[in-house]
Amino acid sequence: MQVSSLTIDRVRQGFDKREFSAVDLATEALRFAEAENGKTNAYLRFSPERALAAAKAVDEKRARGGNAGLLAGVPVAVKDVILTKGLTTTCGSRLLEHYIPPYDATAVVRLEQAGAVLIGKTNCDEFAMGSSNENSAFGPVRNPVAPDRVPGGSSGGSAAAVAQGTAVGALGSDTGGSIRQPASFCGVVGVTPTYGRVSRYGLTAFASSLDHIGSFARTVRDAALVLQVIAGRDPADATSADAPVPDYTVALNEDVAGLKLGLPREYLKSLTSETGGLIARGVAVLEKLGCEVREISLPATDYAVATYYIIATAEASSNLARYDGVRYTTRAEHADTLAEMYRSTRGEGFGAECKRRIMLGTYVLSHGYYDAYYLKAQKVRALIARDFAQAFETVDAIVAPVSPFPAFRLGEKIDDPLAMYLSDIYTITGDLAGIPCMSVPCGRTAEGLPVGMQILAKHFDESTMFRLAGAFEKAGGAD
Amino acid sequence: MKITEEQVRYVAGLANLQLTDAEVKRFEADLDEILTHIEKLNEIDTAGVEPMAQVLYAAGETATLREDIPAPPLGNRDALANAPRAGAGYFKVPKVIERS
Repeated sequence: MQVSSLTIDRVRQGFDKREFSAVDLATEALRFAEAENGKTNAYLRFSPERALAAAKAVDEKRARGGNAGLLAGVPVAVKDVILTKGLTTTCGSRLLEHYIPPYDATAVVRLEQAGAVLIGKTNCDEFAMGSSNENSAFGPVRNPVAPDRVPGGSSGGSAAAVAQGTAVGALGSDTGGSIRQPASFCGVVGVTPTYGRVSRYGLTAFASSLDHIGSFARTVRDAALVLQVIAGRDPADATSADAPVPDYTVALNEDVAGLKLGLPREYLKSLTSETGGLIARGVAVLEKLGCEVREISLPATDYAVATYYIIATAEASSNLARYDGVRYTTRAEHADTLAEMYRSTRGEGFGAECKRRIMLGTYVLSHGYYDAYYLKAQKVRALIARDFAQAFETVDAIVAPVSPFPAFRLGEKIDDPLAMYLSDIYTITGDLAGIPCMSVPCGRTAEGLPVGMQILAKHFDESTMFRLAGAFEKAGGAD
Repeated sequence: MKITEEQVRYVAGLANLQLTDAEVKRFEADLDEILTHIEKLNEIDTAGVEPMAQVLYAAGETATLREDIPAPPLGNRDALANAPRAGAGYFKVPKVIERS
């Protein structure tokens, strides 16, 4: 079989027709992923023992006539900020180079319970902080579509793994666009569900009020199926929502005619002309399917980057305080006092972007600045959320670009942190409001670089989002 | 200037982050640029707006409460397994209190 052309349904058909077993598939997926990795550096490590044991269990279960699960035998990759018991989890950081988690994240438990085969952990920006995957302590990821370009970040490895075809699905995390932007850059589907839809238990905390786990796949259906498996209340995460999880595949077959879509004018201002053209073409496809598209306004959008980089860094400065040389594997040598040990462990261990954000976050929370920065940002966040709530009174979903431009070159923006932050403008709003949003491929530039279209929906209304994305994909929106 | 070198060193101290002189210089410039952008927030009127600390969605008041069911904890050995230095069931750190 050719792993790169598989979908979840194709895997099941392959088993049913006895074309291959789960062990055959896992063996080939691992071989292919290891052979391809030199081109992209998408994986930080492989997990052959775990993968083959899971595949064997699927084969045995099927041989006994049992239901091996919704993702039975499906090769998946997991971003290295998500904990895997007994399997080194580095968060892309030198500080955790040798960290072996004592438990699995709930999302990983649920994937494996559904029969998925974990083939490896994927590269990412250090502690998920970055928009290009250049902040990994273990080297950047290259975009499989254009190797001189970034795959996007911070879940660049997961996007690249799915795009190059070494995994059928993958888990990523999204705090300010870290699933949708790499999905857009690599030409795959990336889903950030409603905040609280997927348990964050076992997701290394970056900014807890903004962090989400979500899915990557090459088709809308597969991305929806992966979300289906990992979604739902988890007592181990108090912020996980006790909301029923509908069957997302039902939505994929529903007609979209008559759906009202909003096109926010603030999201169309600073696009490169090619991205703008592709988004306009995507919107035309949806109109042709019978959707009613109207221009809307989300006036607080212009303040989103400033708001995000206060709230996210403030939360990060607190969450990253735990890496102090006491509990998590790495400690600076030659420190005589406890304070010195803290400072040198953190000074030597964190990369530049993490330090920059810890500094900014500590500054905005420090005495005398809290009201001016943090409290102000929390109020503007409320206005951003209110903009969306008001828009959803008149539209069923919002359509927008994911990124102002397609994948940029490695090194192009690394020396200009503010420019890098500003490129997150269209994705951070969804995280601030906590609404579900996704990137679906919507064509390529003249140079062949993928561009994603973003679909945003109401809290817990992933179904409408999948319904639109599924119809768009079926109508050839990605061609 | 939004931030001085002295402030950068002070904040690094609060964050327990040892920085080289080159990093201090770099972050002084970076933070200055970012804080200048952040000033934009002063343009927007937030009078009477409640701060949003969490994503809120319709749920019962006790939606996050659950039964208190005892379960075995991680255990001492697992908890210490990643410690750079451990001994006698504890995390070991450099001496904090001098013995007289």
